[in-house]
Amino acid sequence: MTSASSSATPSTHTGSTSGRAAAGYEAQSGFALGLPPRPALLSRRAWLALIALIIVFGLGVPFATLVVPETSAFHLSAYAMTITGKFMCYAIAALALDLVWGYCGILSLGHALFFALGGYAIGMYLMRSIGHDGKYGSDLPDFMVFLDWHQLPWYWQGTQHLGYALLLVVLVPAVVAWVFGFFTFRSRVKGVYLSIITQAMTFAAMLLFYRNETGFGGNNGFTDFKRIGGFPITHPGTRTALLLITFAVLILAFIGARAIVTSKLGRVVTAVRDGETRLMFLGYSPLAYKLFVWTVSAVLCGIAGALYVPQVGIINPGEMSPGNSIEMAIWVAVGGRGTLIGPIIGAFAVNGAKSFFTANFPEYWLFFLGLIFVLVPLLLPNGIMGLIEMVTRKRNRS
Amino acid sequence: MAFSFLTAARRSAREIIGSLAIVLLAGAPLAAFALTPADVAPLAGDDFDAKSAAIDKLIANHDKESLAVLKALSEDSALATDSGEVLLQDGDTARDAITGKTVTAGDAQPVTLNNLLRSKVAGALSGLQLDSPDAATRGAAITALLQNPDPSIKPLVDAARAKETDPALKKRLDTLWAMTALHDADPAKRLEAVQLVAARHDLDMNELLRPLVAKKPDGSFNETDSRVRAAAQSGIDELDSIQRRSQIAGTLFAGLSLGSVLLLAALGLAITYGLIGVINMAHGEFLMIGAYATYVVQNLFQRFAPGAFDWYPLLAVPASFAAAGLVGIVLERLVLKHLYGRPLETLLTTFGVSLILIQATRMLFGAQNVQVINPAWMSGGVTVLPNLILPYNRLAILAFSLIVVGIAWAVLTKTRLGLFVRAVTQNRRMAACVGVKTARVDSYAFAFGAGIAGLGGCALSQIGNVGPDLGQSYIIDSFMAVVLGGVGQLAGTVIGGFGLGLVSKAIEPFWGAVLAKIAVLVLIVLFIQKRPQGMFALKGRSAEA
Repeated sequence: MTSASSSATPSTHTGSTSGRAAAGYEAQSGFALGLPPRPALLSRRAWLALIALIIVFGLGVPFATLVVPETSAFHLSAYAMTITGKFMCYAIAALALDLVWGYCGILSLGHALFFALGGYAIGMYLMRSIGHDGKYGSDLPDFMVFLDWHQLPWYWQGTQHLGYALLLVVLVPAVVAWVFGFFTFRSRVKGVYLSIITQAMTFAAMLLFYRNETGFGGNNGFTDFKRIGGFPITHPGTRTALLLITFAVLILAFIGARAIVTSKLGRVVTAVRDGETRLMFLGYSPLAYKLFVWTVSAVLCGIAGALYVPQVGIINPGEMSPGNSIEMAIWVAVGGRGTLIGPIIGAFAVNGAKSFFTANFPEYWLFFLGLIFVLVPLLLPNGIMGLIEMVTRKRNRS
Repeated sequence: MAFSFLTAARRSAREIIGSLAIVLLAGAPLAAFALTPADVAPLAGDDFDAKSAAIDKLIANHDKESLAVLKALSEDSALATDSGEVLLQDGDTARDAITGKTVTAGDAQPVTLNNLLRSKVAGALSGLQLDSPDAATRGAAITALLQNPDPSIKPLVDAARAKETDPALKKRLDTLWAMTALHDADPAKRLEAVQLVAARHDLDMNELLRPLVAKKPDGSFNETDSRVRAAAQSGIDELDSIQRRSQIAGTLFAGLSLGSVLLLAALGLAITYGLIGVINMAHGEFLMIGAYATYVVQNLFQRFAPGAFDWYPLLAVPASFAAAGLVGIVLERLVLKHLYGRPLETLLTTFGVSLILIQATRMLFGAQNVQVINPAWMSGGVTVLPNLILPYNRLAILAFSLIVVGIAWAVLTKTRLGLFVRAVTQNRRMAACVGVKTARVDSYAFAFGAGIAGLGGCALSQIGNVGPDLGQSYIIDSFMAVVLGGVGQLAGTVIGGFGLGLVSKAIEPFWGAVLAKIAVLVLIVLFIQKRPQGMFALKGRSAEA
C-alpha cells in the first residue's frame, strides 16, 4: 500500500543523477550488459572550489580569531565561532541523514538519537576531565555526588581517556543502529512504518535519559565543561582548533559519502530506494546494503554530536527529542535530497533562519518552520539544489 | 495516609468542640478521681511519653476539669508555667487548671504537643461525643474515631456501647470497640475483637492485625492466645487477597482506560493510513483541537446557560467532531492532496502543519493549560473493592470510545461511503475504474478520521490537562497501536489500542512508566519480526508491496 505507492512511483525519487541514469539504462537494454560510466568522485571544478574553500577557511579562521584584535570588525567573536561550529555539526548530521534518506529511501526520524549518543559519549569524557574543579570537588561528576552515588557506574569506566571516549563516539551509535536496523530491516519494515518506529526509538531513549537513575545527569545532562585534552575549553585557541577539526570532518564526511554513493555499493543502495522488490528479484539481499548505509550514517551523526558538545558546552536529553529528529529531515529536504551538498546548504539555511527568527520574532519561528515543512515538499520537491538545477537548465536551453 | 487521617480527625474534632460545652453542662460523668496537680504536671514538661500518660489519665478521669484541659490542649490554649502548673487561657485571662482561679499568665509557655498526642486529644474529644443524645452527632463521632482509634478511649467506647440503642450505630460502635480491644486482658474479648476487625475488609486494618501475629525479639509471640493469632492470620490473609485482587483489577482498569484513549486516537490514524497510505503527524493536533472545542463549548455554557452546565458534553461531542473534521478536510484539500504517492514527504508536511496548529493554539488560548471541568455526574466514582475506586469520568470515556468504535464500524460497513472507503483501501485503481470518485472519498475519509480524533480530544479533556501540547503526548503511542494492530481493519486497531494500554499498565508497577514505554517499544519491534503487517494484515496481493 504505502510502500507500494512509493516504489511504484520512482519518479518522485529522482533527486540524484545516478538514480535517473540507472533507471533509463535499465529501460533501454533490459539486462545489465554494461553500467553507465561511473560518475567521478568530484568534478574538476568542484575539486578546485573545495580546495579554495579549505584554504580560505583553514587560514582565515585562525587569523580572524587569534591574530586580528578583538576591537576590529574582522575579528571572529566567540559567538560567531560557536554558531559556525554548531551549524557545521548540523551539516554533518544532515549529510548523514541524506545518505539514508536521499540514497536509500529510509526516512529516519531517529537520527537525533545517534547525534545525542555521540554527544553523550564525548560528554562523559568532558565531565571526567573536570576533575576536582566541580562544585563538590569530588572524584565523581557533580550530579552523581548530588544523587549520593559513591562510585562510577560500570559504563563510565575508562571514560577519562579521550581515546576511549572517541571510540565510544563511534561504537555506541554503530551498535545501537546496527541492532535496531538488523531487526527492522530483516522484517522488511519500510516506508512510513519505519519512520515512525525510529521516532518511537528516539522518544523512548529520551525518556530513558531523562531519568536520573540512568546515570547521565537526567534533565540537566552534562554541562560546565572545563577542558578537553588538557586544554581549557573556552580558550580561543582551543575553540579555533575545534572549529577547524569540525570543518575538516565535514569535508572528509562529504568526500566519504560521495565515495560511497558513487561506488558500486552505492548503486545497489540507490536501487533499494527505487525498487527494493525488483532488486530482490535480481538476486540481491538488500539487508546488508541497508544495514551498512544505516550504520555509517548513524556513526557520522554520532561524530557530529561529539563535535557539537564541546563547542556548545551542553548536552541534555532534549537533544534527542522527536522534534529535533524531524528538524534534521527538513534541513535535508530544504537543501535537496540525494545531492549530499544540498543538505549541507539546507542545514546552514534553516538554522540561519532559526537564529534570525528566535532572536527577532521568537513567537513566529514555529510558524515559519511549519511553513517550510509544508511548502518545501509542495513547491520545491528537490529543494534548493533542485531549484539551482532547474535555473541552470533553463539558462542552458535559452 | 496516616497524616491525612490525623488532619481529618483533628478537623472533625474542632467541629465537635463547639458543642462540647453543652455536653459538659448537661451532666458531666461522675469524676472517678479528682484532678490533682500531679496529674497535669507532666504536661508542662518535655517528655512526650509522660505527656501521653497524662492525657490517658485525663481521659480516664473524664470529669469537668479534665475535659477543660483536653479542650484547651486541642485548641492550643493550654499554658504551662515553669513550676509545673497548667493554665487554661481564655482570651486575655488565664486560670489554673486545678483550682480554677484566675491567674496572670506571666511567663507561661504554650504546652507543645506532637501529632500523635494531638490526634489522641482529638480522639478523646470525639469519644466524649459518644454520649450525645443526638444520633447524628454520635455517628459523626464514631466516624472520626474509626479513622483514628486510640486505645486510650476504650473506657468511653465501653460506656457508649452499653448505652447505644440505634442498631446501625451499635454495629459501627462494635467495630470501634474491637479496634480498641485488640489488647484486652480477656482472650475471648480479644478473639471477638480480631474477628470484628478482620470483617471490616479495610486494608488499613493490616496495621492493627500484623502486630498480633508478629514475634517478640525473644521468639515468643506478642499475642499469647493461639486462637486469636489464627483469627488474626486469617484476617490478614483475607486482606492480602483483597489487596491483590484490587491491584489486578486496578491495573486492568487503568490499562483499559489508557487503551480507550489510544483507541480513539489510533482509529482515525488507521483509517487514513489504510486508505491513503499517509501517516498524519498532525493527527495528535486533531485531539488537541477536539479538546479545545470542548473547552470553548464549556465556556459558552458557563456564560449563557449555567443551569444546563451538566449537559455541555452533549454539545461538546458534536462540536469537537466538527471542529477537528473541518480542519482535517481543509488540510486534506489544501495540502495533502498534492502529495499523494509521496508518503515520506507527507510525513514532514503534516509535521509542519502540527507545528503551525500548536503555535496558533498557543497564541489564541495561551501557552498555559486551560481548565475543562467535569460535569457533576462525571465526578466521583464507584467503589468496587476497598481501595479500588473507578472514577466515573474514566468509565464514561471507556463507554464513549466503545460507542465511537461501534459508530465507525457502522459507517465503514453499512454506509455507501464506508463501502467506497473499503474499496479504495483495497484497490484504488480498480475502485476508480468502476466509478468511485477516489479523491472525494479520500477527503471524506480524512475528515472522518480527523473527527474521530476530535472526539478523542473531547474525551481526553475530561480526564487530563488540556494544553497546546496535548496531542504530542499521545501521538507516538497511537502510532504504535496502529503498527501493532495493522491497518485497514477496525479490529486490529481495537486490539492494538487496548493491548498497548493493558501491556503498558501491566509493566508499569514493576519497572516504572519510562522503562515500561521502552519495554513496549522493544516488544513491538520484536513483534513485527513475526507479523510485519501487524496483527490483522489485509489479505491478498495488496498487503505485500
